[in-house]
Amino acid sequence: MADIQYLEGKQPHAKEHRLIFRNVDRVGWNPSIDKYLEEGGYNQLIKAVKMERAAITNEVKASGLRGRGGAGFPTGVKWTFIPPTNTKPVYLICNADESEPGTFKDRYILHQDPHQLIEGMAISSYAVGAKLAYIYVREEFPEAAKILERAIDEAHEKGFLGQGICGTDFELEIYVHRGAGAYICGEETGLIESLEGKRPYPRIKPPYFPAALGLWMSPTIVNNVESLCHVKHIMEMGGEAYAKLGTPRNTGTRILCVSGDVQKPGYFEVQVGKVTLGELINDMCGGLKPGRKLKAVIPGGSSAKVLRADETFKVKQGDEMVELKIEDIPMDFDTLAACGSMAGSGGVIIMDDSRSMAWVLNNINSFYAHESCGQCTPCREGSLWMKKITDRIVRGEGTPDDVDTLESVAYNIDGRTICAFGEACAWPTESFIAKFREELVGTTKAENRGKLANPESKLAAAGLD
Amino acid sequence: MTISPELDKKADEAISHSPAEHKRAASLPLLHLLQHEFGYVSEDSVKWVADKLGLEPINILELVTFYPGFRQSAPGKFHIRVCRTLSCAMAGSYELMESLCKATNIDRSNTTHHNPIAVSPDGKFSIEFAECLASCGTGPVCMVNDDFHESIKPAEAAKLVEDYRANA
Ligand SMILES: Cc1cc2nc3c(=O)[nH]c(=O)nc-3n(C[C@H](O)[C@H](O)[C@H](O)COP(=O)(O)O)c2cc1C
Ligand code: SF4
Ligand code: FES
Repeated sequence: MADIQYLEGKQPHAKEHRLIFRNVDRVGWNPSIDKYLEEGGYNQLIKAVKMERAAITNEVKASGLRGRGGAGFPTGVKWTFIPPTNTKPVYLICNADESEPGTFKDRYILHQDPHQLIEGMAISSYAVGAKLAYIYVREEFPEAAKILERAIDEAHEKGFLGQGICGTDFELEIYVHRGAGAYICGEETGLIESLEGKRPYPRIKPPYFPAALGLWMSPTIVNNVESLCHVKHIMEMGGEAYAKLGTPRNTGTRILCVSGDVQKPGYFEVQVGKVTLGELINDMCGGLKPGRKLKAVIPGGSSAKVLRADETFKVKQGDEMVELKIEDIPMDFDTLAACGSMAGSGGVIIMDDSRSMAWVLNNINSFYAHESCGQCTPCREGSLWMKKITDRIVRGEGTPDDVDTLESVAYNIDGRTICAFGEACAWPTESFIAKFREELVGTTKAENRGKLANPESKLAAAGLD
Repeated sequence: MTISPELDKKADEAISHSPAEHKRAASLPLLHLLQHEFGYVSEDSVKWVADKLGLEPINILELVTFYPGFRQSAPGKFHIRVCRTLSCAMAGSYELMESLCKATNIDRSNTTHHNPIAVSPDGKFSIEFAECLASCGTGPVCMVNDDFHESIKPAEAAKLVEDYRANA
C-alpha cells in the first residue's frame, strides 16, 4: 500500500492497520463509484453472488468478526439466528445512528467511502436472503444521507443494486432512512420501531435478537456500519486469514476514536488487542497535555465503566493471571471486560488531573436524562434523579448523603429495564462512585458547600437545568 | 398551507421505500420533508402527513413531540446546534454556546427541556444544545442548518455568526 498518500497531518500512525479506513483522508480520493471501481470495488460482491449463501455466513463465522456497534456479538452467529423454517421476507438494517458519546468512526465511512458500506451490505443481504435493506442514518448527518443516496443511485446504474445483480437472479434495494435526533434509535429494537414510523420505544425481550422477529415482525439483521464494511474484507481475505489479524477471539481490525485530554485526539484503525491503552495515549495521540497527569479513561463510549489511572487490573493472559496497569491494557473486547469495563463502541475518552469527576459525571448524567425514552420507570425517573443530584453537587449544594443516594438510584436501574440503556445510564454513576467516591463525597462536605466542584465547571453548572 | 406538486411527489417517493402495507414507515421522512419546506412542523403539517399515510393525527403528533429533531415553532433563518456532550464540553462547548449567544444576541434563559430553542430578536438566528454529534475528536463542534463546523474556539464564534449574517 506504499502508493497510497494521505492528506498532510492526517497520515495514519505506524501502529495502524488500515482496512476499513484505507481511503479515509486519502489524497485524490472521492466518494464516487468510479474511484471505488478503479481499485477492485464491487469485485467481492461479484464473487459472493456466485457462492452458496451459507458459505458466506461460514466465512464470516470463521473470521471471528464481533459487532462494532457496542455489544461485540459475533456477526456470523447472529446471522444464523434467522429461523430456518422462515417463510417471511428477511430485512437487513445498517445501524448508522452513531450516537454513543465518544464515538466518531462511522461518520468518516459514510462521508468518504460510501461504496464500501454498500458493497458490504449487498454481500450481507445476499448471505442472509434480504431483498430490502435500510441504512438508518442519524438526522445530524444530512450530508452523509445525500452522499449515500447518490452512491446508491450510482450502484444501481452499474447493476450492483436492483434486479438481476451481477447477472444473477439476486435482487436488492437499499434505502436511506433518516432518524430525528434521538440516541435511543441506536438501540436496535428502538431503531426498528422508529423505522416503522413510531416512537422509538425499545421492544421487550425475548426474542433477544431481531433476527427472530424484527422489522414488521419479520426476521431482521441489524449491524453497525463498521461491522458491515468488515464483511467485504472478510470476503476478500477469506475468514481464516482475516482471523489472523488481531488476537484470538478478538480478531480483525477496529477503529478506536480518542477524544478528551490528549495532545492529538483522533481515529486509529488498529488490529484488535495489538495496541495497549498506553500506546494509544502516549504514542498515537501524542501523550497528555504539558504538565498534566492521567486521571481516568472511559474506554468504550460513555456507557462503559470508567477506569482510574492508578488502578491495577487482574486479568487472565493465556493460562496465567497477570496484573496490569492501566497503560498495559490491550484494547480488545475480552481484556476490557475482564478489567470491569467494555470495548463497547470504540470511543475512548481521556481525562487528566484538571478534571473534576463530579463535573464529568454530571455531564454524562445529563446526556442520559435527556435521552431516556421514558418507557421504564427506573430508567426514566432514575436517570433524571441522577442528573439532579449531580447538578446540585456541581453547584456546591450537595449534602453528604448525596453520593449514597446516587449510588442506590443507579443500582435500582441496572437490570430492571426493557433495554440496555438502563445499564448504559447506571454504569457511569456506579463506576464513578466505586472509583472516585472520596472525591465525590469531598465536594459535598460542609466546608466545600457553595464552592463549585471545579472552577472550570461554572458554565456547565449554569447551563444544566 | 399549500403543498407543491414537487413536494407531494417527493412524499410519494418516500412512501414507495416500504412495502405498501407498511406506509406508516414514511412518517419520519414526510415530517422531514415538511419541516425542511416550512422550517417547523405545524398543526396543518401533522394533519397532512396523517392523511397522506391513512393515520390519525395523534400518531404523527406523538412523533413530533418525542423526537428532538422536529420542532413545533419557527427557528431563526440560521439554526445553530452546539454539541453539549462530554468531549466537546471538555473542549469548551459551554463557552462556545455563551459566545454564540452573545454574537447573535440570543437570551437562552427561558429555554426548557420541552422548549429548548431560543431565537434572536431579529429572527435571523436560533440556538440549542444538541447531544454528541459524533465528532468528539474535533470539539467543540456545532451545526448551522445543515453545515457542520468543528474545532471552533469561542473567540471564533463571532466571525462564524458574521459570515452567516453576511449571506442572509
Ligand atoms: C442505548 C443503546 C444505544 C445504541 N446505539 C448504537 C449506535 O448508535 N450505533 C450502533 O451501531 N449500535 C448501537 N447500539 C447497539 C445496537 O443495539 C446493536 O447491538 C448493534 O447495532 C448491532 O450491530 P453489530 O452487531 O454490528 O455491533 C446501541 C445499543 C444501546 C442499548
Ligand atoms: S431502559 Fe430506558 S431507554 Fe430503554 S426502554 Fe426503558 S426507559 Fe426506554
Ligand atoms: S461530544 Fe461533541 S461530538 Fe461527541
